[in-house]
Amino acid sequence: MDGNVEDFTETTTPRQAENMAEMIKVDCRNIDVFYDDKQAIFDVSLPIQDRAVTSLIGPSGCGKSTFLRCINRMNDTIEIAKVRGKIYMDGADINDHSIDPVLLRSRVGMVFQKPNPFPKSIYDNIAYGPRIHGLAAGKHELDGIVESALIKAGLWDEVKDRLTAPGTSLSGGQQQRLCIARAIAVSPEVILMDEPCSALDPIATARIEELIDELRERYCIVIVTHSMQQAARVSQRTAFFHLGKLVEYGDTERIFTNPEDSRTQDYITGRFG
Amino acid sequence: MTRNESPMSEHIVTAFTDELEHLSANLLRMGGLAEAMINDVSRAVMTYDLELARQVIKRDESIDELEAEAEKAIIRLIALRHPMAADLRAVLGAMKLAGDIERIGDLCKNIGKRCLELTGDENRAALKGIERMARAVSHQLQTALDAYLRQDVEASIKVLELDDDIDDHYTSFFRETLTYMMEDPRQIGSNTHLIFMAKNLERVGDHATNIAKAVYYMVTGETATGDHVEDRLKRTGGTS
Amino acid sequence: MSSPAPPNASPQGSFITEEALKRLKTRHAAERRFKLYGQVAIGIAVVALVTLLISIFGQASSAFSRHVLTFDTTLEAAQVDPSGTRDPGAIERNVSGFNLLLQDELAAQFLPEDADRNLQRELYGMFTRLAVLPIARETADRPETVGTRQSFSVALADDIDLYLKGGVSNRTQVKLGAITPVSGSLEDTVVVEFGRDTAGADIANAIERFRAQGAGDNEPTALIQMGQTWFRATDITDTTASLAYVAGARTMPGADTQGAALVLEQGQENRTVTDRQLAWTMLLKDQGRIKSVLNTSLFTNSDSTYPELAGTAAAIVGSLLTMMVTALLAIPVGIFAAVYLEEFAPKNRMTDLIEVNINNLAAVPSIVFGLLGAAVFINFMGLPRSVPLVGGLVLGLLVLPTVIIASRAALKSVPPSIRDAALGVGASKTQSVFHHVLPLAAPGILTGAIIGMARAIGETAPLLLIGMVAFVAEVPDSPTDESTVLPVLIYKWSTGAERAWEPQTAAAIIVLLVFLVLMNLFAIILRRRFERRW
Repeated sequence: MDGNVEDFTETTTPRQAENMAEMIKVDCRNIDVFYDDKQAIFDVSLPIQDRAVTSLIGPSGCGKSTFLRCINRMNDTIEIAKVRGKIYMDGADINDHSIDPVLLRSRVGMVFQKPNPFPKSIYDNIAYGPRIHGLAAGKHELDGIVESALIKAGLWDEVKDRLTAPGTSLSGGQQQRLCIARAIAVSPEVILMDEPCSALDPIATARIEELIDELRERYCIVIVTHSMQQAARVSQRTAFFHLGKLVEYGDTERIFTNPEDSRTQDYITGRFG
Repeated sequence: MTRNESPMSEHIVTAFTDELEHLSANLLRMGGLAEAMINDVSRAVMTYDLELARQVIKRDESIDELEAEAEKAIIRLIALRHPMAADLRAVLGAMKLAGDIERIGDLCKNIGKRCLELTGDENRAALKGIERMARAVSHQLQTALDAYLRQDVEASIKVLELDDDIDDHYTSFFRETLTYMMEDPRQIGSNTHLIFMAKNLERVGDHATNIAKAVYYMVTGETATGDHVEDRLKRTGGTS
Repeated sequence: MSSPAPPNASPQGSFITEEALKRLKTRHAAERRFKLYGQVAIGIAVVALVTLLISIFGQASSAFSRHVLTFDTTLEAAQVDPSGTRDPGAIERNVSGFNLLLQDELAAQFLPEDADRNLQRELYGMFTRLAVLPIARETADRPETVGTRQSFSVALADDIDLYLKGGVSNRTQVKLGAITPVSGSLEDTVVVEFGRDTAGADIANAIERFRAQGAGDNEPTALIQMGQTWFRATDITDTTASLAYVAGARTMPGADTQGAALVLEQGQENRTVTDRQLAWTMLLKDQGRIKSVLNTSLFTNSDSTYPELAGTAAAIVGSLLTMMVTALLAIPVGIFAAVYLEEFAPKNRMTDLIEVNINNLAAVPSIVFGLLGAAVFINFMGLPRSVPLVGGLVLGLLVLPTVIIASRAALKSVPPSIRDAALGVGASKTQSVFHHVLPLAAPGILTGAIIGMARAIGETAPLLLIGMVAFVAEVPDSPTDESTVLPVLIYKWSTGAERAWEPQTAAAIIVLLVFLVLMNLFAIILRRRFERRW
């Protein structure tokens, strides 16, 4: 794996356009997560496809968010959290000492449950990431990045006339799309979404879902959701977590029509308890 | 693979379970009605009981009503409960079942109508053929409905096998009746009715097969094509 | 729902029963009672505050104005600048020369040629020696005015000032109408006849009233003014009175001179102002030479042993310098400590211990910090006593825990989602703290810091221990100059013996209060400006 570490730190990796559908972007192997002595994730192995949406479902406290946060090492920020196991991204071990989590997070963007724009202008919200990573050579280039991120997030037409307005002045759904645009602006390869629609109304949710579907063509997206309908609507692959274990993982269509495991069956048909 | 053998626990929303149960009870009632129609119509033909035949014709209406009711319940379930996985299959299966049973009712009604056209002095041997077929079809439908009630894959596979017998029955009945008609051209009129009746019974058998296939899909989540069924039989150690 | 209503149901509906109404009543009563308690509590607080403010402002009001005497004089070179060098320093130091100018001017007006020393001292006692200092400074600034005639104003002594503001003694004015001298001479006793029948009785009544109020051997005095001359009444009947000359024009008033009586509660033995000084003051006032002016010296002068000259300038500057040192120590150290503890420090036994200690430190009595300052900064480190540097360091240590606690609370109130957002786009821990968390916490931190500063500016005890109670007449220039601060000045003034210190103290308290209000206002403005919603 050492040989791949160098590849990892490069900002762009050549991508083959063909055979993408089956390519594994992030390969999680035998992940255990502990909070102090309490084990939250038990031996989860999950290969995640590139250019597809993978949804993680499961009852509250099943560890799906914890697992998601392993992928961009956000668990590092929690002192008592310990992660064991290997996660390979494009073949490189992201938990390797030579990988700085800051660099990793520029390639693995994250969108959170509650829209959390910085209390700055819309422009600054998006420009922040590219600025700290030095992605833009000048004001002009930065403008371009901001514009393209907003266009990709489907927000450009709504905000192009008020880029200096505070990000917090937008509606909840717009704020969440702003957060997605902010994540896109640092040109990540993987986007993690932790229940991105749980605070939004159905129309705003539908917009985000539409956006996720569009983004699928360019990114590897992992989404944690409480809404099974949402998982069914947006994802191609679905993983069902229960009590910190990965119970079932497969094509969304199959999971929602004919799950193999009775726990999955019980959960998605609303029989848990 | 313990899923199919273990009984389903209740939904957290109990109304959901109630509605599903109500739906399946409704379908079973429809099935029972259809079964009785087959038996009664065959008796009417055998005994030339025109009154019974008229009754059977009338009974189709109640099946139609039940079907409409079931359809409404299904739409309600899909719209309000968003059934998933096994529930989704159960609801879709119920929709198919309702359609099939309704068709069975129609076919029985058609037999009843043809019964009214008979003269009462048909070839006994031919009538016996109809009765045999009716019994076989009735048995097949009963097995299929049993399979639905118990969510029994084995039983549903048996129904598929039974269908071959009925096809054989029909072919031999057809040939037999053709011989009678050639022997006695006066019988052509009534025997043609009998052939159509047999054809209808054969179609009832097909619908029973459809019900069995729906049950198979409901339970296993797989389409009951030859490969799947064989795989399954191999796995469970059953006979082909 | 369609069941018939119970027989005892009220018209509103079946669910409003007798019992429910009763319960509702007690509940509403409890609510009203609680509201009332709250209003009473607020009322008590407001009354206390208003009483405090009224009493302070009432006391201080007289300190914000003072009486000055305007006088015109020729700045004789011989007296003002005996050396003849026109050296500003020498002129400024020559206070006695200017004093002589003032004294000569007064003597020429009021004293006979052969006035004895006691009489002179009485007249010159209307001004303190240093009252002419501003004139000396003014002249020193413009040496070319020496030898020319100039108009100046000098502050009257505190007792005279106090008398003019209505202090020293209770008094009543009685209009007497026309008075005609009958017999006697100025050197001895003058007997006069009142034109108005009841004039004598009015005076006697006023005297009786004061006597009834006054305690013990207090003998009220009646001073009678006739034209430019002042007398003391020695014997009064209804229509006549015997008068003794006090001060003023040394000519016998003519017949039918309009007169007035000034009845004072105390005799001059029990007053700080003598009858004669009083008469001179009134004469000067009649000439329009005594004016009440805004007491700017309260802000421009430094401390003095004379209340009419004492000002808060040195203490204000001292306080500002001290606050500067305090702010420079407490705010950055406090913020960095808070940021480290809140954002970076691992949560373990060690940091728990530190946290508990910081919380305890905030509750340590301030005088303990004074002892610490005296021991460490002065004895051990050898820093000078009584300087703002040491005072600021001590106060800085004093408010450090407060600043840390307030800053931590402000940092805690920043939603974690902002940190997540920053980390999520690849900011490092430090970047997330300095780009996002700290700006969001800034209003809270600044408010905490300013509240800490407000506590420091009112602190006296620790400063007493490091010698900031010293008498300082010079405005300090740097944090290492000897100086005092406002609260210590207030403490010192409040212990002053003379009556005039009382309003002066109250005035200084108001200056301190204004400081506090300004700081709080600043805190509010900062909050408003930087506060953002998220």
